Amino acid sequence: MMPRPGDAAVTHDLPLVEVDGLVKHFPVAGNVFRKPSGFVHAVDGVSFRIGRGESLGLVGESGCGKTTVGKLLVKLLEPTAGSISFCFADASGDEAPSEPVDAATLTGGRLRDFRRQVQLIFQDPYGSMNPRRTIYDTIAEPLAVQRIGNALDRVDRVAEILTLVGLTPASSFLFRYPHELSGGQRQRVAIARALVLEPSLVVADEPTSMLDVSSRTGIMSLMEQLARGLDVAYLYITHDLAVARYMCDRIAVMYMGKIVELAETEELLRHPLHPYTRALLSAVPVPDPEHRRDPPAISGEVAAPVDPPPRCRFYERCPQATSTCESSPHPPLEEKAPGRFAACYEV
Amino acid sequence: MRWSRSKGSLLPDASAGPPRVEPGGGRLRLLHARTRLVLRSFRNGAAVFLESRIGLLALVIIVLFAVMALSHPVLMGTVWDADIYDPVTGYAFDATEQPAPPSWKHPLGTDPLGRDVLSQLLFSTGSEFVLGITAALVTVAIATTVGAVSAYYGGLVDAFFMRLADLIIALPSISLLIVLSGLFDLSLFYLALVIGVLGGFGGTAIVLKSQALSIKVRPFIDAARMTGGGQFRIIFVHIVPNLLPLSLLYMMFTVTSAIFAEAVLSFLGLLDIRMSWGIMIHTANTGGYLLSGTRYWWLVLPAGASITFLCSAFYLAGRALDEVVNPRLSRRDG
Repeated sequence: MMPRPGDAAVTHDLPLVEVDGLVKHFPVAGNVFRKPSGFVHAVDGVSFRIGRGESLGLVGESGCGKTTVGKLLVKLLEPTAGSISFCFADASGDEAPSEPVDAATLTGGRLRDFRRQVQLIFQDPYGSMNPRRTIYDTIAEPLAVQRIGNALDRVDRVAEILTLVGLTPASSFLFRYPHELSGGQRQRVAIARALVLEPSLVVADEPTSMLDVSSRTGIMSLMEQLARGLDVAYLYITHDLAVARYMCDRIAVMYMGKIVELAETEELLRHPLHPYTRALLSAVPVPDPEHRRDPPAISGEVAAPVDPPPRCRFYERCPQATSTCESSPHPPLEEKAPGRFAACYEV
Repeated sequence: MRWSRSKGSLLPDASAGPPRVEPGGGRLRLLHARTRLVLRSFRNGAAVFLESRIGLLALVIIVLFAVMALSHPVLMGTVWDADIYDPVTGYAFDATEQPAPPSWKHPLGTDPLGRDVLSQLLFSTGSEFVLGITAALVTVAIATTVGAVSAYYGGLVDAFFMRLADLIIALPSISLLIVLSGLFDLSLFYLALVIGVLGGFGGTAIVLKSQALSIKVRPFIDAARMTGGGQFRIIFVHIVPNLLPLSLLYMMFTVTSAIFAEAVLSFLGLLDIRMSWGIMIHTANTGGYLLSGTRYWWLVLPAGASITFLCSAFYLAGRALDEVVNPRLSRRDG
């Protein structure tokens, strides 16, 4: 299950996505007649890279901007600033990377081709399917839009992928409506819909958070197994470190629109550098009734990221904050050790 | 394990493929499955509709009127002599004075011009259906499109259509129709078009737009964008089908208002129509029989009661459809 080190190093070194200085601001209460009173800095200068077939975890509290990063990556939102560029494998299946594609320039037919490579699995398995369309319609829609095969080929194709995601016998699911399926089954349909085009990157926005615990592991191992088989890279968005540990090669920790730490999964979990990451880890429940929990290292709550002061976003809650932290701008994400990035003056 | 990256198959190379879905005759099977689904959802909807007494009552009344409409050509072709019973040009030679009270030959009597009232009533029923349903279809086609489009695009498009709707609501529609009928010769079909357009760009558009707004923000619209589908596809494949139940409801209400508007305009003698319930009352009125109390009841009551019953029946049908459509009661919306 865990990535094979050598293997991973080779394929993951071929970059798939390069995100540079991504910024997304949302105006607060503005309309045609009124100027916005401020901007929510949902994503504020985020940079990272995802290799081919790699899965990167994006971890953080609610409202830290992780979903916005996901939506920017799949072009459901347009960034305020910054760039995203993709390097897809050639259509011929050649391993050599093609010319990098700047996501901002994609429109019309080129955007449609892009959709073939980058897909999204939604958090909500209930709302993400049109209630008036059958499972067949839902999964075949990407094929129809991308003009792949005729209606009959698509039936076979949909039946194949339903079998692949474990909804068997496929023929008994084809012409059901979403409301006739359980949450776990619907999420399998959502996975099937995202993978039916054989994309290079799938952004998974907390795909298990709305499922009950019993179907969670099934969905996660399915996604893992499909990723290995289809060579899909994931951006796995979650607030659950245990899920991230299971699914991801590397983890990026976000706080108020910034990435504060980024490292290989086990490294990050064993030796967290950033004080926020440490606080997150100390909050993970331990299945031991005798376990004595240290008092939380940080207090307070996440402030609303409306026009935040320029200093370190974590300053107000940081146990290690110094006068440097107060007077300097937000620390850059620096490589503190090989492959270990953190944004903190005190590390 | 390694899947082939070719676009042919997603399956592991080694393992056997899953059972194909009925190879051969697949297209027929696809069609069959769809038909079954449509029939099933229709049955479910019909069950909820008929569960309410109101729905059943409305349906009975509407069917009754439909039978009346169909019976006119049959009667004219068999037992009724066109010289006597034609709703517009007939004359009851057998009656000694006009209007004649009900008799065996003329169950609802004759009007001041010697024409058979029952024949007029039955003849008009068909036109009322045509008028009501045409107006309703036009309204719903326009209102659904306008609602979905202005909800989806927002901004200037939305502002334009919503201000237009406000304008139409602010105009008193009967007065507007009176002006229009003065300017043009309004036949039944054009009247239906005008009523349909007014309803479609008016209040119904606002209602359907607000519903479309709530559909637009649901995640499945983003999911549809993720497939690469264009705006046209999102509006007409994903938003409009989810609006249709509500559209159907407003269709029923439009039928009611169209029949009512026709009656008012005909009563005022403003329409270029051969015969209708409104014209029947108009004829009674111009002859001075409307104010003579209940003595000439057969001139007014059949037409008046028909207008009342058919209008209420469509209104009640709308109410009963509400039960089917209402998201809190619907079993489809999970």
